[in-house]
Amino acid sequence: MTTIDPTAEAISSGLEPGDSALGRLLDAVADWLTSTDHKKIGRLFLGGGLLGLLATVAINVIIGVERAGIGNIDDNALAQIFDAQLVGLVFGSLLPLAIGLCVAIVPLQLGARSIAFPRLVAAGFWMWAGGLILAMIALANNGGGLGGNPDMVDLFLGAHGLMAIGLAATGVSIATSVLTTRAPGMTMRRVPFFSMSALVTGLGLVVVMPVLFGTLAYLFLDHRNGREAFGGNTGLYDWAGWIFSPGAAVLFAIPVAGLLAEGAALLFKQRTPARGIVFAGFGLMGVAALGAVTQDAVHNVPWAGTEFYLGGSDDVRQKLYDVVPWAMFNLLPLLGLTIVLLMALFLAKPVKGVKPNLTPALAFGFLGLGMVMVGMIGSALFAIDDLGLQGTVFAEGALIYVVYGTVLAALGGMAHWAPKLWGVNLQAAKVLPLAGLGVLATVLASLPSYVAGFDEPRDIYAILVLVGHVLMALTVLGFIGLLATSIMSQDGQAEADPYDGQTLEWATASPAPANNFVEAPTVMSAEPLADSKSSYGQTHSEKGDS
Amino acid sequence: MQALTAGPAAAPRRQIIVGTTLGVVAMVMMVGGMLAVWSEQRTNFVERDGNWLPSGVVIPEVAANVALIAFIAICTFAQWAVWAAKRNDRGHGVFALSATALVAIMVINAQAFIYSSMGVGIGDGAYATMFYALTGLFMALMIIGVIFSVVAAFRFAGGRSDNEILAAHAIYWYAMSVIYTAIWFVVYVTK
Repeated sequence: MTTIDPTAEAISSGLEPGDSALGRLLDAVADWLTSTDHKKIGRLFLGGGLLGLLATVAINVIIGVERAGIGNIDDNALAQIFDAQLVGLVFGSLLPLAIGLCVAIVPLQLGARSIAFPRLVAAGFWMWAGGLILAMIALANNGGGLGGNPDMVDLFLGAHGLMAIGLAATGVSIATSVLTTRAPGMTMRRVPFFSMSALVTGLGLVVVMPVLFGTLAYLFLDHRNGREAFGGNTGLYDWAGWIFSPGAAVLFAIPVAGLLAEGAALLFKQRTPARGIVFAGFGLMGVAALGAVTQDAVHNVPWAGTEFYLGGSDDVRQKLYDVVPWAMFNLLPLLGLTIVLLMALFLAKPVKGVKPNLTPALAFGFLGLGMVMVGMIGSALFAIDDLGLQGTVFAEGALIYVVYGTVLAALGGMAHWAPKLWGVNLQAAKVLPLAGLGVLATVLASLPSYVAGFDEPRDIYAILVLVGHVLMALTVLGFIGLLATSIMSQDGQAEADPYDGQTLEWATASPAPANNFVEAPTVMSAEPLADSKSSYGQTHSEKGDS
Repeated sequence: MQALTAGPAAAPRRQIIVGTTLGVVAMVMMVGGMLAVWSEQRTNFVERDGNWLPSGVVIPEVAANVALIAFIAICTFAQWAVWAAKRNDRGHGVFALSATALVAIMVINAQAFIYSSMGVGIGDGAYATMFYALTGLFMALMIIGVIFSVVAAFRFAGGRSDNEILAAHAIYWYAMSVIYTAIWFVVYVTK
């Protein structure tokens, strides 16, 4: 379908606008810019996220070079580079990759013809993209939280406000889709795992991003008018820095758990028992939102010395006041993640006579969630005062663990659903080594920061981190190259259901057509496609599980 | 692969109501977060300087209280529109929606009166900056609500069967009432 009216020139020459190469290009550009197809918007988010990730990795490499004592960057420029690192990790990579996958896949899994409020989600994408570009322009002109150009600091704050609105709008759309556009027969208990994790993340965006926007409104007006309330541009990190904390980042990493749960069930073609437990795991991970909306980046757990001293009743009461919020915001999400991981391992138990079906979703999801878990543990440890980690690079390590873990999972998700999104089937033998390289990259980019937190900064740690970021760049470039060559060569033309899947996205053609499904499918169990396959056992409904 | 059997067209699941409710949650979170920051800053400034409200500034409480009472009318009119839509009573529906928009404009007017009576500029210190940020965003939400009411009124008058939109419209104004009540208590009563 074209969205451009025939031009006068084209009519007079008897040509349709798409007849020339330029016309076809303009058609395609206009189609992508104005599209309300969730698959296109999702791919725009994913493409933007990959670009943002590459830029962020480049920034991390620059920081690594400087820390290793090889570079010699001006102190003022370094301040902007550190700002760009945080913005790039959270807003440039983590959020667009996680959300893009949700926007592209959730309606397909639900058996819906469209995402709810497609224009809203399209507007959300453009607000995010515009905000990110403006933030980078501000940083390039001495803006940012540590910037010296007041107008550019204002632009930086406004750009984040724009991104916050766009991401909240996208969250509304994702959550409304899961709540209202499910196929007939798909009760909430039958919602696929990835879609349920997307629901939790969507709701998280709805509650977290407006809080960020409100705080930014204060900061913006204060910065433009006297700077008496929040202390100038440094107030950005004092009052809104929580959005860059590893604890808040976990909220946007929940789809990683959903991806793993999807892949685990496919490994030995099993139906997942006790789905409610996995859903509870997603919900517990969603508790991370509380840490964000209470606007706390760090929950200090002081313990009066290094011997974990406990005094009288007053002391115990005070320590409980410190510990309970810390445990709520750090340990509950960790518990949720552990539940999902254990359920995945339970499903990974070999079944006699069934050949293992190692999908990219499982490989990348398992490794990505493992990385996110290490980041969450780091985030929890960071809060304990006695460990003396605050003011070190430990928090940076935790954030990179969470972000790169999510990036790995997003790559796995793109590979897993490549048949639906691009109409190609990425060969496992080519994709899976990238998962290994990505894990190595993540560990190298993060673990030395953990060690440096307990030890002291050394050149060797900085060099290892630098190597890690370079490897991550290679991982991402390798993935993009593999995807691009598969699309261009068309040698991996995908069948509709290459993984013998269970969920509705595999019921439609590859690539998924406009409007996704010719007719709305009817759902009779939590694994609707499995009901018609002899490779799967009896249905939940036959077992009495509705 | 065996195709699944085609089902009937999906039943509508109140998409606009759910979407509006989520939007309302976002609004409540935004204002709630701002009030939390306001309270924290108020405590900090009182501990540091002994006062938060700048000396000589008097808040016109009558206008703030009248605006609060006006929200009772707004909610009543919005619910009246829902009632009328269920009975397909276009006369009552359009009247109720118009009344909702009119009273909402009165609330905006009351807020403008508060601005002019207080005599505080946006750059007159921490209190003024935060006051204008908070109430300014509230005003933006009020204007969105007025546009919502006017659009709903025109659609309803034009013959659309808009039960769901009018229910969402009522939800919006209920939420705005809650938001204003919180602002009224924290900003105008507690000061």
